[in-house]
Parts: sequence; structure tokens; C-alpha cells
Amino acid sequence: MDLDTSIGGNQSRFPETRRSAVLDFNSGDPALRECAAGALISAYWKPVYKYIRVRWSRSNEDAKDLTQGFFARALEKEFFRDYDPEKARFRIYLRACLDAFLAREHQAAGRIKRGGDARVVSLDFETAEGELRQHDVASSELPPEEYFHREWVRNLFALAVDELKRACDQHGKQIPYHIFESYDLREDGDKPTYGSLAAEFGISAATVTNHLSAMRRALRQLVLERFRETTATEREYKSEVRAVLGIEV
Amino acid sequence: MSWLPDSVVDHLREAVNLPDFSATRYELLGQIGRGGMGAVYVGRDMQLDRRVALKVLTVLDKDGQASARMAEEARILARLEHPGIVPIHDLGRLPDGRIFYAMKMVEGQRLDAYARSSAGLQERLRVFSRICETVAFAHSQGIIHRDLKPENIMVGRFGEVLVLDWGVAKITGIAREFAASDAPARSDTARGTVIGTADYMAPEQASGAIDQVDARSDIFSLGKTLAALVAGAHPPKRLQAVWGKAASPDRAQRYAGALELSADIERFLGGEPVLAYRETVLERLTRLIHRNQALVLLVAAYLLMRIALFFFLRR
Repeated sequence: MDLDTSIGGNQSRFPETRRSAVLDFNSGDPALRECAAGALISAYWKPVYKYIRVRWSRSNEDAKDLTQGFFARALEKEFFRDYDPEKARFRIYLRACLDAFLAREHQAAGRIKRGGDARVVSLDFETAEGELRQHDVASSELPPEEYFHREWVRNLFALAVDELKRACDQHGKQIPYHIFESYDLREDGDKPTYGSLAAEFGISAATVTNHLSAMRRALRQLVLERFRETTATEREYKSEVRAVLGIEV
Repeated sequence: MSWLPDSVVDHLREAVNLPDFSATRYELLGQIGRGGMGAVYVGRDMQLDRRVALKVLTVLDKDGQASARMAEEARILARLEHPGIVPIHDLGRLPDGRIFYAMKMVEGQRLDAYARSSAGLQERLRVFSRICETVAFAHSQGIIHRDLKPENIMVGRFGEVLVLDWGVAKITGIAREFAASDAPARSDTARGTVIGTADYMAPEQASGAIDQVDARSDIFSLGKTLAALVAGAHPPKRLQAVWGKAASPDRAQRYAGALELSADIERFLGGEPVLAYRETVLERLTRLIHRNQALVLLVAAYLLMRIALFFFLRR
């Protein structure tokens, strides 16, 4: 395999292979449906968990149960089947479903155990809880819709970064990834210069520029694939990309 | 899974769209702004170790017209060597084929921000006079800006001005003969095409009467810019008349050139009568008193002393 073309080289881009998980979930094909459920949970469980913790002020134990319960209910009761792309973006629909679910659960809190027996998939709640402690205060004061959107974007980029790292490890592209990590994943006041990165890795500053450009191209492609996966229609896909990245695709 | 703080998420949202400057001499540091045709980034020239501004085409350019326009803008800037016009260093293409140019990194604030500052009226007018001189220079080179407005003008720490964004400039007369052959014929922009910003646009420009757009269309925009610049500084009637004349709907009533407008501003600053306003006798007297304050005070003191002495000696 040509490593350059598989990780954002000049000649090619990542092939956009992802399908809409939203559509696949409602396709009726059990294999596609299972795969799609995994993709949707992966994209949304952290924003859902954090939203319950921060915006609904629930304890971490309650939030764990409610997150599992929500996805179990969504899969069983087929919340997602009722989704109409003409009426709203999927993430907005999902949050509306979540709010309705939480309101019902809140009323019934004395009678039922909140989704406690409905384990959908193993989710790393400890990490999510750790991330909440690192949250910017301003972020938790955002209006509910904005907060959920911000967490969704954060999760989407985090998934894409993890995927980029895996791809780089597989293809022996550790140095480009480390340069990307050292420059693009550091906070503003902490960024090294291209010159210092060149000295650290024993390469020229021009090579640093090339590596960073290749990693950004690859990340862009992975992010676009995530958008494709979590939207139902071309219009919704373009609209989400425009809203988050400010570009036309 | 990676934990990404807000600032990193924001940076990544921008970084995945950053133009690819690999194989160039520039290190990209971040985005400064975005306009109709391109985005401007701050970068570092790695060969000369200095900060530069990098303008990159961002619009879809299927027929190459946008690229040709931007290259033309770069050539216009290169031709306009003047302290009030940002110097251009380099013109090139990115690996993805998009055109870019590098120019001096401008430090300062936009004129709309400057207009909200605590700067006094005289200081504001001196800044405006420099803008007029810059525009007059461009006109002398056969270039009409066509989008003059406070957002396209920078004011430096020492009151120096830079007129930016020559992307929709019109080339006229002799300058056209030197324009690149691959550039779109801007002066031949289709009749009915409107280029510019509504609030600052001359009526002939807004109506799409392209053949009537000339230096006086820029004078109109300068008049509107002057009004925006001094609006909060309680401008007297004489000054209001200056921008009224500059931004007259009838282009024959406007100043003939930017230097004439600048000269009226200088006259105002010097306490002299301005071309744009016919004074009453009282106004002229007030202006003369104001202009010769020291002399008037001296004469008044002298007269007062003589009167006092007269009464003292009569006792």
C-alpha cells in the first residue's frame, strides 16, 4: 500500500467510504443495522453522558444508567426510525429524544430503575467523567443546545484524531503523527515553532510543513467521514459541515 | 480516546481547512480574516524569518477567473508602491493549485475600530487626509479602488494608514496597457454588475452603470468614510458640508479628485474657509476669532488695559 496516498498524501485523499449510519440503521438489514448502531453510539454516547451530567445535574452513577438506558430505549423503541431528515438535523432530533426520555425518567424515578438492566455496549464512563473535570467552566454554562453541539463536535474530532493515530501507527507514520500531536493538539500558548520541531525530530522545517499538511488533510477527510456517518441526507451533511467547518463540500 | 480542550477543538476546526503551504517558504500560523474571494492568514517567511500576511483564494474557481483576478490584484498592489498601500512580497501557487500572495503583515486597527476610539477630531482628520493622498496616488496610476470603506482601511499606532483589499479595483487608462493579458477585463465588467459595499457605494456604482464608475465613485466612498470616521466627534457644519459634497448623489457636484478633498480637509484644519461651504458673516467672524485666538486675546487684553488706564487717569 502506498502510505502517502493512504494517509493524506499529495496524490490522493482518503476514499470517502463511510455511509450514513442514520440511514443504515433504518435499512432493515440486520448486519448494517448493528454496524450503524455501533457508529451512532460511538458518535453520541459521550455528548449524551456529559449532557446528562452537566445540563441535567445528575450524579455520575445516574448518568451512566441513563446513558445506557437512553441508547437501549432508542434501539428497542426505534426512536431513530421516526427521524425525518426534512424536519431537523439528526443531532437536534437526538437531543430532543434525549430530553423527552430524561423528562419521562425523571417523573417515573420513584417507580422504575432507570435503564439499569439495559446494557447496550461497554462504555468508558470513567474517561468521560475525567474529561468533565477538565471542562472549561464557560463551556458548561452554555445553553443546552449549544453545549450538546459543542460536545458532539469535540467527540467527532476526538474520534477522528484516534483514527488518524491508528492509521499512522499501522503505516509507520509515527513521526508525522507526533509532529501533528506536538503542534496541532497543544493549547495555544504551548505550541512549538516549526524550527524547534525540525530540531527535535532531526528533519528540515520544510518537512515539518509537509508532514503537518498531510496530517491535516487526512484528519479533514476523517472528520468529513464522521459527518457523513452521523447525517442522513446530502443536504444535512453539507449543512453540518458548513456549520462546523465553515466550508462548502 | 483523546481528550481535546475547547481551544484545541477550535484550532482543529480551522486547521483542517488551512491551505497547504508545504513546498513553499511559509509556515502557517493562523487565520486573520476572510473576505469575499479569499482568506488572509498570518505566516512566517522561513527564509527571511519575518511575519507575513498570506492571502489565499478560497472560492471555487472552475473557469480560472477568480485566480486570474487575484493574480491581478497582486500585480496592482505591486505596481502601487506607496506608504499607504501594503507592499507585496511574493505571488505563488499552493500544491492544490490555488493561488496565493504574501504581503507585509499589517499591525494596527481597522478604521471602523479607530472611529470608536477616543482619538480627537483633528487627529481623525489627519488620518483621513492620508487616506485621500493614498487614493489620489492610486487614481494617478489609473486604479479605481471601488470598495473603499472603514473595514478596508487600517490605522497604525502612529496614525499611518494602509488602504487594503484592492480585489475589485478597476483598471483604467494607461494602467490597463500594463495589465496582464490573462486577467479578466475589469473595466469591461458587464453592465448591471454591482461590485462594492452598499453603504459606501456611489449611486452610479450601485445601479450597475459600470461605464460611469470613475475616480469620483471613490470620492463618494471617501465622503461616506469621512462621515463614519467623525460622526461621534460632533463635527461642525463646515465639515459636514465637506462630506456632503464628496458624497453628493450627482457626481458632477463632487470633488474632482481625492487631493481636492484632502485640500479642503487641510483648509478646515487650518481654520480657513472650505470650498464645500458658504459661510455667513457671523460664522466667518467666529472662525476668524477661533483661528486667531492668541491674537484676539492679546488685542482684547491690550484694549482692556487701555480702558482701565483711561478710567484710572480720569480720576
